[in-house]
Amino acid sequence: MKELALHILDILQNSTRAKAKRIDLNIFEDTVKNVYSIEIKDDGCGMSPELLAKVTDPFTTSRTTRKVGLGVPLFKHTAEQSGGHLEITSEVGVGTVIKATMQHDHIDRPILGSVAAVFVQTVASNPEIRFVYTHTKNGKSYVFDTDEVNEALDGMPIQSPEVINYLIGMINENLKDIGVD
Amino acid sequence: MAVKSLADLKKMSSEFKNTVSLRENGDNVDSLIQIKVAMATCGIASGAKEVMDFYLEELDKQGIKAVVTQTGCMGYCYAEPTIEVKLPGKDPIVFGHVNVEKASEILEKYIKNGELVEGIIPVNYETVK
Repeated sequence: MKELALHILDILQNSTRAKAKRIDLNIFEDTVKNVYSIEIKDDGCGMSPELLAKVTDPFTTSRTTRKVGLGVPLFKHTAEQSGGHLEITSEVGVGTVIKATMQHDHIDRPILGSVAAVFVQTVASNPEIRFVYTHTKNGKSYVFDTDEVNEALDGMPIQSPEVINYLIGMINENLKDIGVD
Repeated sequence: MAVKSLADLKKMSSEFKNTVSLRENGDNVDSLIQIKVAMATCGIASGAKEVMDFYLEELDKQGIKAVVTQTGCMGYCYAEPTIEVKLPGKDPIVFGHVNVEKASEILEKYIKNGELVEGIIPVNYETVK
C-alpha cells in the first residue's frame, strides 16, 4: 500500500462488513511527541478471542471467496516498518478497535495520501452507517460526522458523484486549516 | 462554489433542490447506471481507488447520472481491479484488469453506447470452501 489512506480504506471495509452501525476514524498527529496514530473503531459484530488471536495471520479470513486475508497483516507491517505497532481489541457483540501507532518522522512511514477521498467514498457506499472522522494535529482538530452532514444535505443523496466531490473538497480544506499536509 | 462548513453545505443543497432531477433519480437506483468497484485488499493494492476516483470525477464532469459504489472482493483477485457495471434494464457485467485507461474505454464504449469491450469476466457464484 503506497499511502496510509489505502490501509484506512481497506480496514474500513472490514468494519462495514461487520455490520457496524457506527464507525469512527481517528487520526492523531503530534509532531512534538513524534506520534502518528490511526484508529478505526466500530460497533460491529466483533471477533471471538480465537479469531482475534490469528487475525494478523495472512491465511485468516472470514470470506468464502478466497482463502487469504491480507488487509490486517499489511497494516501491521506498515506500522512496524514505521517504528510502531498495531493493536487490536475486539469483543463479540460489542465491536472492534484497530489502532496503528507509528513514529511521525520515521523515514518509512508512508504519506497519508487522499484520506478525504477514501473516507467519503466509503461513506457514500454505506449510507446507512454513521461515520465520524476526527483528525487531530498538534492539538487542533477537525470532525466530520455523517449525521451532521446528512442533516445539512437535507435529503440530497450522499451517493451522487457531485455531492461526493463537494464533500472531498470540504474535508481537504478543513484538513489544510489544521496543518495536515 | 467551495464548500467548507456545514452551512455552505446546507446552502449548496438548497440550490441543488431546484435541479430536482438528481433527487428523483436518487430515489430510483434501478433506473440509473450502477458501477461497483471491488474494494478489498486485492483491489486496493492494484489501483481500484484510482478507478473509483476516475469514475466519480468523469461522471460528474460529463453530467452522466450514475451511482458509483464500493463492493467487496468478488473472488477475481488475479484480475483486479475489477468493476461491475449495470446498465438500466441489463444484466450486470464484470470487467477485469481495469486501470484508468480501461475504465475510460468502458465508459466511452460500453456505458455510453452499450458496445461490449474486451476484458469481461464470466461470472459464476461458486465459492471456495
